[in-house]
Amino acid sequence: MATNVIPVSLPEAGASGETGIWRVFRPVINKEKCVKCWLCWLYCQEEVISEGADGFPEIDYTYCKGCGMCANECPTKAIEMVPEGRGNSL
Amino acid sequence: MPITMKDLRRAGKFVMPGNAACPGCGALVAFKLVSKVLGKDAVYVIPACCTSVIQGPYPKSGFRVPVFNMAFAAAASTAAGMAAGLAALGRGNVRVVAWAGDGGTYDIGIQALSGAAERGDDVLYICYNNEAYMNTGIQRSGATPPKAWTKTTPTGKAEMKKNMPLIVAAHGASYVATASIGYPFDLVNKVAKARDKRGFRYIEILSTCPTGWNYPVNKTIELARLAVDTYVWPLYEVEDGKLRITMRPKRRPLREYLAPQRRFAHLTEEDVRALERAFMDRWEALEKLEAAGRIFV
Amino acid sequence: MTAQASRLAEGGRWDIITANHAVAHAARLARVQVVPAYPITPQTTIVEYLADFIERGELDARYIRVESEHSAMAAAIGASTVGARAFTATASQGLLLMHEVLHWAVGARLPIGMAVVNRAVGPPWSIHVDHQDAISQRDTGWLQLFVSSNQEALDSVLMMYKVAESPDVLLPFMVCLDGFVLSHTYAPVNIPDQGDVDSFLPPYDPPHWRMDPDAPITYGNLVMPDQLYMEMRWSIDRASRAAKDRLKEISTEFAEKFGRYHGSAIYERWSQDSDYLMVASGTLASEAEVAIEELRREGESVGLVKIRLYRPFPGEEITELAAGKKGIIVVDRSVSFGHGGPLASDLRASLYHAEDRPPVVGFIAGLGGRDVRVRDLKAIFRSAKRKISEGVDRVSYWYGLKVREVGE
Repeated sequence: MATNVIPVSLPEAGASGETGIWRVFRPVINKEKCVKCWLCWLYCQEEVISEGADGFPEIDYTYCKGCGMCANECPTKAIEMVPEGRGNSL
Repeated sequence: MPITMKDLRRAGKFVMPGNAACPGCGALVAFKLVSKVLGKDAVYVIPACCTSVIQGPYPKSGFRVPVFNMAFAAAASTAAGMAAGLAALGRGNVRVVAWAGDGGTYDIGIQALSGAAERGDDVLYICYNNEAYMNTGIQRSGATPPKAWTKTTPTGKAEMKKNMPLIVAAHGASYVATASIGYPFDLVNKVAKARDKRGFRYIEILSTCPTGWNYPVNKTIELARLAVDTYVWPLYEVEDGKLRITMRPKRRPLREYLAPQRRFAHLTEEDVRALERAFMDRWEALEKLEAAGRIFV
Repeated sequence: MTAQASRLAEGGRWDIITANHAVAHAARLARVQVVPAYPITPQTTIVEYLADFIERGELDARYIRVESEHSAMAAAIGASTVGARAFTATASQGLLLMHEVLHWAVGARLPIGMAVVNRAVGPPWSIHVDHQDAISQRDTGWLQLFVSSNQEALDSVLMMYKVAESPDVLLPFMVCLDGFVLSHTYAPVNIPDQGDVDSFLPPYDPPHWRMDPDAPITYGNLVMPDQLYMEMRWSIDRASRAAKDRLKEISTEFAEKFGRYHGSAIYERWSQDSDYLMVASGTLASEAEVAIEELRREGESVGLVKIRLYRPFPGEEITELAAGKKGIIVVDRSVSFGHGGPLASDLRASLYHAEDRPPVVGFIAGLGGRDVRVRDLKAIFRSAKRKISEGVDRVSYWYGLKVREVGE
């Protein structure tokens, strides 16, 4: 019996690769200012923000595209966009 | 009970990170919010649009929901067939979602959409409106606002845009709403309302687009909020024939919304005033419709 | 199995009905679950009969009164993606409007069934038969079968689903029947019993993929050039070829169960002992059968090949029958402008590698419903013999023009 080649795609992180390499600015959370309102999580297009072991938002830099919506929407300005390539690495 | 942040955080995760969306993609924020409200028992038909690409390439997909990619003009008709098929198979609990851009809704898909709306097919149609053909590289659509630059309106669009949600409402759809990713709780609660109704439901979500509108990528949510606050994108719903404006923010000057967007960079003071008048005319018309009571019958 | 295995069926009931009515009965007996319907002459009565069946409770199906044929096919596609058996019917401009989504049904590997009531395409308007509508869908990947009687229309729609849903096929299938000549003409038809059809055709259960919330997959997202796009297309080609084998088996199985055999990819008669073969599709081929009977009585040595399955093309079958012949005459009811008749062209191409390759002469006849009578087909045969002895200089000649062909 012939084996049909059927183009079924399965859900998986990184469908377009490790999109963290697209990033120009890196969001860095200042936990002293964070009030855990979760707006950053709510607006994150990429679902790369989750709750870390310490209860604060945690960013998955493997996929974070660095759009900065989280920083722009943070009501306490607890997220700073730091240029990549200055002492940072993925 | 309205949906709260707590509910959303408990909801499933249907957008996979590392997909092909541009940084700052308003459409993806909209998809993320909608899919969280609809949950697991939903299937999606996606015609040609940005979301065809956002999923990422075969053999992976950036979406953890069943997705059928379809030809441009056929979102509503395909969804109608899916709904009929599911009903025939005794799976009427599964929601069928047509997820289309403004080109696929206002322009090439309007015939199929009109047919499905008129028949009352059991479909939730969501138009994520980024106000032009963005996937093909920024060409004018019936949803492009007047004066906006696109690659096919290099000196600005000469015409007003279609009043699509009201066109759908005039079909007697069981639910019609506008929403903005800048007001996410208004949005998710409208989606929940539509989820729990049967028949043809239509929600149009303003999906700000840094690539096509040419503004800094971090301002996606801010501009989606400003569109509502400047009365460019009124939030309302139509239910039982009655239109209700769901948000009446203190009006802010149109310039605040236009200034960050380079697609409006060529506007003169007079253009801005004319545009403001045009949007206020539409707002006032909405208020009249709201006051009129049951008129979409 | 001989071509003339037909006998009175033991089961079923007899009625005198049109081919459109027969097709509607077949769709009912196939227990189709979703019927998107849009009217177009001469197809309309098929979906009218189905509306009656559903509203009388004789068929448990969802009927969608779509607003165009593009939407009819899109809705059939949507229904099939969730695992429902879908049926629609169209003709002419309606089929042309579907063209985009016909390709989509194939790429998505959905075994949708459709009846195409063949009608000329405009302009100028003509509601009468030719095959231009279906032939123009040749390269979509749809399986295409042409019938030439009301009974064959009914039986073929039942076989259509069984072939289309075979695990090594999974392609959409159109049964093509001639407008008015069959669609609106009454003839005795045996309508099988539901129980017999149920034991022949099991419910559709997609073995390859479906839209299922319990197992979320994405179908049809972008495929990059270094990925499997070409292999997917190759797989469609292979599935199409497999459909020919399945049709052969299923036609035999059908004959054993229901006592009727209409041929498989082809139907042939007198082909072994003839010098010439006449080839055609649809009712033109039935008319040719009568003409050939007369020609044979008059001493001519000619046999008949009815091309039932146009895609996949029965090239091997024809090549086998062609060996040792003095010539093959092909009558097309459509045209590929600037080239010739599509049947003649495909048949010539199939014979190219044959060791024993007789001359092929094509004729284009009967466009826009122009009557092609027995005497026309006899005239075509005589003209063909002359051209074969003098030398054939083109794929197809136009037959019966009321204007003089330039250069003739």
